[in-house]
Amino acid sequence: MPSSDKITKIVLSFAAILILMLAGGMIYSLVGGSVPTFRTFGLKFIFSGEWDPTEGKEAYGALAFIAGTLMTSIAALIISLPLSFSTSLFLGEYFRGTRIARILSLLVDLLAGIPSIVYGLWGFYVLRPLLTDMGLDNQGYGVFTASLILAVMIIPYATSLSNEIIAMVPNDLKEAAYSLGATRLEVIQTVTVPNARSGIIAGYILAFGRALGETMAVTMLIGNSNVVPSGFFSTGNTMASVIANQFGEAEGLKLSSLIAIGLLLFLITGIVNGIGKLIIKKMTS
Amino acid sequence: MKTFLTFMLALVLIAGCQNSNKKAGSSEEGGNRKLTAAGATFPLPFYNMVFRNYTKETNVQVTYGGVGSGGGIRSLKDQVVDFGATDAFLTDEQQKEMPAEVVHIPTCIGAVVIAYNLPGVNDLKLSNTLLEKIFLGEVTKWNDPLLKKDNPEVSFPDEAITVVYRSDGSGTTHIFSDFMSKISEKWTTQVGAGKSLKWPVGMGAKGNPGVAGTISQTPGTIGYIGSEFAFAQKIQTARVQNSTGEYILPDLASISAAARGNIPDDTRVMLTNSSDSASYPISGFTWIILYKEQAYKNRTTEQALATVKLLDWLVSEKAQGEAAKVHYAPLPADAVAKAKTVLRGITYNGEPLLK
Repeated sequence: MPSSDKITKIVLSFAAILILMLAGGMIYSLVGGSVPTFRTFGLKFIFSGEWDPTEGKEAYGALAFIAGTLMTSIAALIISLPLSFSTSLFLGEYFRGTRIARILSLLVDLLAGIPSIVYGLWGFYVLRPLLTDMGLDNQGYGVFTASLILAVMIIPYATSLSNEIIAMVPNDLKEAAYSLGATRLEVIQTVTVPNARSGIIAGYILAFGRALGETMAVTMLIGNSNVVPSGFFSTGNTMASVIANQFGEAEGLKLSSLIAIGLLLFLITGIVNGIGKLIIKKMTS
Repeated sequence: MKTFLTFMLALVLIAGCQNSNKKAGSSEEGGNRKLTAAGATFPLPFYNMVFRNYTKETNVQVTYGGVGSGGGIRSLKDQVVDFGATDAFLTDEQQKEMPAEVVHIPTCIGAVVIAYNLPGVNDLKLSNTLLEKIFLGEVTKWNDPLLKKDNPEVSFPDEAITVVYRSDGSGTTHIFSDFMSKISEKWTTQVGAGKSLKWPVGMGAKGNPGVAGTISQTPGTIGYIGSEFAFAQKIQTARVQNSTGEYILPDLASISAAARGNIPDDTRVMLTNSSDSASYPISGFTWIILYKEQAYKNRTTEQALATVKLLDWLVSEKAQGEAAKVHYAPLPADAVAKAKTVLRGITYNGEPLLK
């Protein structure tokens, strides 16, 4: 009869190995599937904005989708930054533990639970007509509208992690600052934010990762034209969106190119997380 | 040692999963009153309805998975279905890639309609030249003199034209672009025909509902939609000029008329730009595909016979009469005769299955 300790160990290592196998299998099939594309186009695949699926003159490049993904995600992060940062200060510092904070926090968490198709429909039927009525945009489809909807979608991810970290900043430190005559704003600037910095950034990286991979809501608003966007109000497409749109009927080189885009998205997400970890490490040391 | 043990455990688990999969598969193969098919989504409402009726009539269960034409061809190639379905016939090259000879049975006719959103305008005539210029991005305003010339009674707004196309690969795009290639040389060289294209202008939306929704929500848009969806949703459509110069509104009669005339014996033909003067020009067959020789991969005679019997029934008057209920045009008599001839050529070990 093995000890319970041993059983726990086996179960845990089994779970860990399973995750490794899953990730390994994913990379294996992504790399395997994208070989034909990189063999045909080489590195040009990454730097070419040409996407022509017509038989006989097939040419695939991922630049349009890389550009669309980065543009929408970065814009979404910038738009959501003031909103989510002030929300987390509100929840974690100013109104910590109050009833209104609890209700607000519940609502923010609720945002994370809304299916992306609902965001998409809201963007399509409410936000987009609003933008055209305001005269911001002619038709309302494009990078800007997609970024706006993404910004709303990532607020809970950026907020919930950072408000908990902000709430966790030791009271002793803050009290010490108050006793030195600091105002509340000064305490936030000099004590709370520096102490919670790594957690706040981790929250934003999580949110950015979420924006990179978001598909459904973006597809409904970005206009799905497979060209490098010429500006924030022009139509475009993202990596996740083009895969969702075209995977069903794709075959041959096109299928391989879509898998290659998946691989690139995987790599970009990896790089973003890596950079995030690096920043956190630098700031905490 | 410990890691090795856990690894073995993982292997056993995975193997276990595969085993249970196999079992589930073989029990299905055991019953011969079950047919499985997969393919095009375009005829899905038609197939769902008639296959359900067939099950009621004969107790043969037919499962149809709407996985797209490409998926239908792949499933038939992998021999995991009794028959596949596709909106685009197999090219000679695709035929060669299949393990054995494949035959095509047309089952009904659909069309691609041009929908638009112009408040106050409810009759729009589109000549071939106009279609070419709008979808190539050469006519960019609704008050263009060319539009005025074709539609003198309409007062057009000074608004930009936004072209809406399918962002997903689709048989609808294939039929539309095939028609465009037939009427415009410029289109052939600049864009071409296929399930997905490199569009010169406009924006994409996913699926018929996506395109229809985008058009209905956005004034100034024009795009193409599968007729089965457009008719069911009562979407306003434009008259399109056919090869004899007539401006034809798409309806079941004008779509069916597209299949009158020369159909080759193997039925592999695009019906676009038909020579019939009453025909709507952006029409097309949808096909069921299956192997000509049914004795493959342990198939029983019963299974093969059940398959061809179903298809024989599908092109019969009874099933064809139902097509209009779900907004598909029935096959004209000539096409039914051709389909029956193809069906009679299907064999089991060289023996024809239908007499």
